Amino acid sequence: MTAVRCIDLCKTYRQGDQDIKALDHVDIEITQGGFVCLSAPSGGGKTTLLNAIGGLDIPDSGEVWVAGQRIDNLSKGDLAALRLKEIGFVFQAYNLIPVLTARENVEFVMQVQGVAPADRLQKSKAILEEVGLQGLEDRRPAEMSGGQQQRVAVARAIVSRPALVLADEPTANLDSKTSDGLMELFVELNENHNTTFIIATHDQRVMAYAKRLIKMLDGRIVDDIAQRAA
Amino acid sequence: MQYMHIIMTLAWRNLWRNHRRTIIMLAAISIGAWAMIFMTSLMRGMVNEMLRDGIRALPGHVQVHNAQYRDDPSVSNLVSMTSEEIEGALGRAGVYRFTARVRVPGIISSERESRGVTLLGVDPLQEASVSAVGSNVVEGRNLEGPDDGGVVLGRKLAEKLETEVGKRVVLMSQDPDNEVADRGYRVVGLFEANLAAHEEAFVFAGRETVQKMLRIDDRVSEVAVAGDDYRVVDALLAKVRAAMNDEDEVLPWTELDAYLGTMLGVMDGFVLVWVVVIFLALSFGLVNTLVMAVFERVREIGLMLALGMRPSSILGQIIVESVLLLALGLVIGNALAFASVIPLQDGIDISIVAEGMEMFGASSILYPEIESGDVILANVVVLVLGFLASLSPAWRASRYEPVEAITKV
Repeated sequence: MTAVRCIDLCKTYRQGDQDIKALDHVDIEITQGGFVCLSAPSGGGKTTLLNAIGGLDIPDSGEVWVAGQRIDNLSKGDLAALRLKEIGFVFQAYNLIPVLTARENVEFVMQVQGVAPADRLQKSKAILEEVGLQGLEDRRPAEMSGGQQQRVAVARAIVSRPALVLADEPTANLDSKTSDGLMELFVELNENHNTTFIIATHDQRVMAYAKRLIKMLDGRIVDDIAQRAA
Repeated sequence: MQYMHIIMTLAWRNLWRNHRRTIIMLAAISIGAWAMIFMTSLMRGMVNEMLRDGIRALPGHVQVHNAQYRDDPSVSNLVSMTSEEIEGALGRAGVYRFTARVRVPGIISSERESRGVTLLGVDPLQEASVSAVGSNVVEGRNLEGPDDGGVVLGRKLAEKLETEVGKRVVLMSQDPDNEVADRGYRVVGLFEANLAAHEEAFVFAGRETVQKMLRIDDRVSEVAVAGDDYRVVDALLAKVRAAMNDEDEVLPWTELDAYLGTMLGVMDGFVLVWVVVIFLALSFGLVNTLVMAVFERVREIGLMLALGMRPSSILGQIIVESVLLLALGLVIGNALAFASVIPLQDGIDISIVAEGMEMFGASSILYPEIESGDVILANVVVLVLGFLASLSPAWRASRYEPVEAITKV
């Protein structure tokens, strides 16, 4: 079953007098349960592709399909509903809401989804334990290290078991041990819950976990490598 | 419900993110609300006192006259019913607070001076239920009945006449045949009134004594009726109209004294203008605070949108934040206003400017009055206009593109 499909995707940004092609006729298809790493140098288009798949950015042309639904022509409200229901996000920075505690940040998406308080509490407690943050539930982001904050963000992205997780440099602020732990958690979710992961990264160690590695350059896909059994 | 909970949580915590800014804004709103209510209570107190003094200084809430009396307030234009008939008719209608009085222009002379006055022939018991003028007898005694042969003068008038309690004065007027009617009276008491003008103008004598002097049998010039609330006189007016003869004119105080009636309406309008003007001054601070609060949070607003929060919820969050700030400021402002007014319940002596104030019928003691309508108006205006003022920054926040907002530097 196809989780994500992009057809002839183009996106151009204007920077001063220059047009920058962030996506240049990108075609990609990712099956449900895929574990894909997007690798590209800075400005290569991986974040733009991730944003287009997540409905955060609308391409100039082409089509984006997520969970069997074309999303590039949806309204803002419908896109918000799709993101809430189907997609978990991990951004590189500014990932948490500063006025909420770790547990409240994790519960945020579930609260917006309307999950019952008791259910939310139980799930958030379990996931924070899973990412190694037990005891830090009531801390606010400013009281946590960058790595701890990133783990809260990951916990929030996966706590409601979305079908698709989009992560932009999820290990950028983590030490190697925490980074490995996080990737193992992703792999476990991928294998046990059939969650699809698309991760934009520079990190070779992260790429090593991927079942499929897509290399991009100047907005184009230049290589698509199957690394381990899907 | 859960959505509302997260919106409330975010709004409340964001409010205290920048303590100093929030406290400054709260202080501005609180002082604004205090000023709205406190200043209104002073103005309301002054105007209400003027209205009450004006009403109690003879008109009552409703008055009955001969239809020609207002054009020619002479002894020729008397109410068609006798005092006895009036008492019976009003008693049957369930109206008990009234006074039937003779009211004519006259001249009072002491052994030294003469002055033009308004002579009031009253039943002192009836009069006390409607009018306050003359009731504050500070020297001598009050009239003891409608057949009392003495007069009660204002203290200022006594000073001008160079007379005093125990001395005799002569009162002169005209009878219905335009013949001079006069009689000697002994000064039995001196009264003080809130307004010096009342002390100089009114002379009280027993009704029956004045009727005899004017040769008008048991007839009176006017009937003044008092109700419970000077703002609500329609029902009382209807009752009195039904009880009295059709040929007599029955009018509410707002028509009898158009100046006072207009003042009531003007005051209500003034309160609204005052409240709106203060709010407009506040609104600049409020909008600025919200704009800054939104500007500081562009990234997290983008994050919340990216995570699936609807733009309408972002809009709601900013509005709730603004309403919370306003509500908190209003609670403090209201409390301050009440705390400021309660110690002043015994009145503020403004005698230093009272001479000027008397031109407007105001007394030298100002009693602040907080009216629930004014408090509600101030609070509603601040909340409604504050809500409207917060729409612009809230709308702007809800229109952010998530990806642009997240990457905003």
